[in-house]
Amino acid sequence: MSRELFKFNGGIHPPQHKAESTQRPIHPAPVPHRLIVSLRQHIGNPAKPVVAVGERVLKGQMIAAAEGTISSAVHAPSSGTITAIDMQTVPHASGLPDLCVTLDTDGRDEWIARAPLDHLQLSPADLRAQLRNMGLVGLGGAVFPTATKLDPGKSVKVPTLILNGAECEPWITCDDILMRQYAAEVLQGVSVMRYMLDSDVVLVGIEDNKPEAIAAMQLAAATLPFAVEIVTVPTLYPGGGAKQLTRTLTGIENPSGSRSTDVGIQVFNVGTAYALYRAVFHGEPLISRLVTVTGFVLRPQNFEVLIGTPMQELVQLAGERDGATGLLMGGPMMGVPMPRTDVPVVKATNCILVKSDELFPPLPRALPCIRCARCADACPADLQPQELFRFAKSDDFGRAQEYHLFDCIECGCCSYVCPSHIPLVDFYRYAKSEIWAREKEKIAADQARERHEFRLFRHTREKTEKADKLAARAQAQRAERAVSNPPAELATATSASTDPEADAKKALIAAAIARAQAKKADAAPKNTDNLSAHTQQEIAEIEARRATIRAAAHQPLEQEKNP
Amino acid sequence: METYFLILISTVFVNNIVMAKILGLCPFMGVSKKLEAAIGMGLATTFVLTLASGASYLVNEYLLGTELFYLRTLSFIVVIAGIVQFTEMFIHKSSPVLYQVLGIYLPLITTNCAVLGIPLLNVQEQHDFVESLFFGAGGAIGFTLVLILFAGIRERLETCDVPAPFKGTSIAMVTAGLMSLAFMGFAGLVK
Amino acid sequence: MLAAIGVMTAIAVVVGVVLGWSAIRLKVEGNPLAEKIDAILPQTQCGQCGYPGCKPYAAAIAAGDADINQCPPGGEDGVKKLAELLGVEVKPLDETHGTPKPKSVAVIDEQTCIGCTLCIQACPVDAIVGAAKQMHTIVAAECTGCELCLPPCPVDCISMIPVACDLPHWKWKPPVFTLKLVA
Repeated sequence: MSRELFKFNGGIHPPQHKAESTQRPIHPAPVPHRLIVSLRQHIGNPAKPVVAVGERVLKGQMIAAAEGTISSAVHAPSSGTITAIDMQTVPHASGLPDLCVTLDTDGRDEWIARAPLDHLQLSPADLRAQLRNMGLVGLGGAVFPTATKLDPGKSVKVPTLILNGAECEPWITCDDILMRQYAAEVLQGVSVMRYMLDSDVVLVGIEDNKPEAIAAMQLAAATLPFAVEIVTVPTLYPGGGAKQLTRTLTGIENPSGSRSTDVGIQVFNVGTAYALYRAVFHGEPLISRLVTVTGFVLRPQNFEVLIGTPMQELVQLAGERDGATGLLMGGPMMGVPMPRTDVPVVKATNCILVKSDELFPPLPRALPCIRCARCADACPADLQPQELFRFAKSDDFGRAQEYHLFDCIECGCCSYVCPSHIPLVDFYRYAKSEIWAREKEKIAADQARERHEFRLFRHTREKTEKADKLAARAQAQRAERAVSNPPAELATATSASTDPEADAKKALIAAAIARAQAKKADAAPKNTDNLSAHTQQEIAEIEARRATIRAAAHQPLEQEKNP
Repeated sequence: METYFLILISTVFVNNIVMAKILGLCPFMGVSKKLEAAIGMGLATTFVLTLASGASYLVNEYLLGTELFYLRTLSFIVVIAGIVQFTEMFIHKSSPVLYQVLGIYLPLITTNCAVLGIPLLNVQEQHDFVESLFFGAGGAIGFTLVLILFAGIRERLETCDVPAPFKGTSIAMVTAGLMSLAFMGFAGLVK
Repeated sequence: MLAAIGVMTAIAVVVGVVLGWSAIRLKVEGNPLAEKIDAILPQTQCGQCGYPGCKPYAAAIAAGDADINQCPPGGEDGVKKLAELLGVEVKPLDETHGTPKPKSVAVIDEQTCIGCTLCIQACPVDAIVGAAKQMHTIVAAECTGCELCLPPCPVDCISMIPVACDLPHWKWKPPVFTLKLVA
């Protein structure tokens, strides 16, 4: 193809390590005994569970529904029984737990009844609603709900559709293998995307280190009724970034802070296109994906993995070796270190990279920044990493935002080239999360100020109302008394209560406690027979929570502890 | 024309009022922590100095003449104070942010020795009206230039690992001294 | 002699007229400084600074009656921001007004609450819902953690629970290791 290609600034050429995992065909991983399906596998609101503990589900059955505008559903990857809906460790950098549905498989792998979607008869809006409930999210790593991406908005047309088959990060080969074996299906998915976005131009960008994939895609594209251009792009990391690929293929640069659709382009991963194909033409929700297991393993290869499979099982399948120092979810540049090896696979897991001291030696100690600006030369987003580093280090978040901190795609090129081995991306992540946290705090503070001011206003209003009422009553009383009683009695009535005030207060409190206890005894809970296991568990949880609060309430205050 | 150009070059670079004449150090050290404040201060001082040079020349030439020379300092200060007050009110109205940022240093322009020094130097050098204006403007531009450079350096120093005894004003003084040395490089530029 | 007085008077009159005219033309209303300071304060309304709320403390700083390091919920960061705004030197937090604590919310033990409404009256942001002789509860989303409700409670049923560190609130730590002298 003689399409004119453009260049983006910077980029690096790390060693590719692709050949290790492309020697073997896709191997379907066996159904594990236990699947742990996270409910927050996508950008946006986490899905809300629609099943209960103890329920039997079929493969592909929806176990959590999408909630809110930007969300996606979650489905059971295999048939079995739900054994828990609780907090489990999820593949996140923090190592914190999140709500997951634990499914014990019965080995039957029984599918729910499924039917293809007649996408040409459905309107794009209806089709989108169906796809939202099929759990489709972007499989390039960002896991943005695909239904929302296929809905650019009423007034925005997307004339150019780009498919991302670049797979620029070293070690990862799942997209490569997918295109080699399922090129026709991927392009079928692309045809649905083209229909929904009403695009004129369809481009598929593939890096030139994947000649077999390019050939397979070209062969499949020749049979399509519409034009799909398979474009070979030069191998350069991070050429597979959405903005970088857009720039390479079309020369269009996304202005800072804008979205791709603002310039008439939408980018999807080829894996997402394949998932879309399976959803539309086979009625199958997203319950599995290709995962490359590579690095320090005996048989690096690509597996077809059910979502929720513990990563440890896949590493064992690929041949575990002694001396592994940890797991990375993703590639060496943007991968997330896993807190434990038994965390489950999620929709974002494109690769499990097993580390060893030889492959991933510990980082040398960071030296001071020498302002060489190699990082600025390497940055594909045309940023100034040395300045951003300086601002992030000195907590100057205002300046960091002025220098477009939020345009950073965290690709890691700057850290890779830094001669002082400074972990630059960690600084930017810290700065970004600090800025978000501060924004949240500011909103909360503004709200507290408003409430406080309204409270002060309410008090003054009550005082004035009370004063007016008293004045009116005093007037009336004065008028009345002029007719009847002498004023002497009033003086004696007020002085009697001041002496035993403290005792009276204590008596009042005791009476109030007794009253509250009596009320509690009266309000006995009803409907306590025949409670389901679910309700009993809820009651137990509530009682446990109350017990901890009661225990904490009777602890002395920190201020009281240190006189 | 050449004279005016020479006056500008000499006051901005060669005989910079801060670096060579060591005048106006109070706002130089006080307002140079942030770049925006420095730019604002520089512009305010330029405005004040140019006006003050012109007004002082007129007062000196037509009101004081040769007899009342002893009233020179006094009348110059009154004129400068008036101009600064006016500038303060103007900035308070037009840019409250800048007013807040400059803080106490805005009225302190009155006591800025450069702002008194330039008109007095004008008298000493026997400049005419236009030359006085150029001298005042040039001096202020030189002040602004150095202030901005210094603010940039100080901002960079904020993020650096300065040893504890030198943190804050100490390292700033050292930097100012080094800048002064650097500006000596302009000596001999204007014969 | 007379000429000197005349000249100075003339200058004074001219300057006075110019300034008088500009004082009227360029008049500015209000004192926005107190509001700017208030915008920086964390709005906990706890009173640890010694003033009954954040706005009075801001007014006191603007008037020069209070120092900038009296607010523990604002922390070192708050002191730094105030110092930047006012153009003064950064000071360490004044420990006599309290130490910064991790963000907590108050929780009422419903079994012990007697419905006396004393905590409702104490809460500066009206985050407690309830009525006389009815059970009270705290709206966690509105609670600022000021702890003003704990002293008035006659049955000591309110406790402070630190806000849970869960996935949505997790923050990346700065990749800097500060050296501390241990012994």
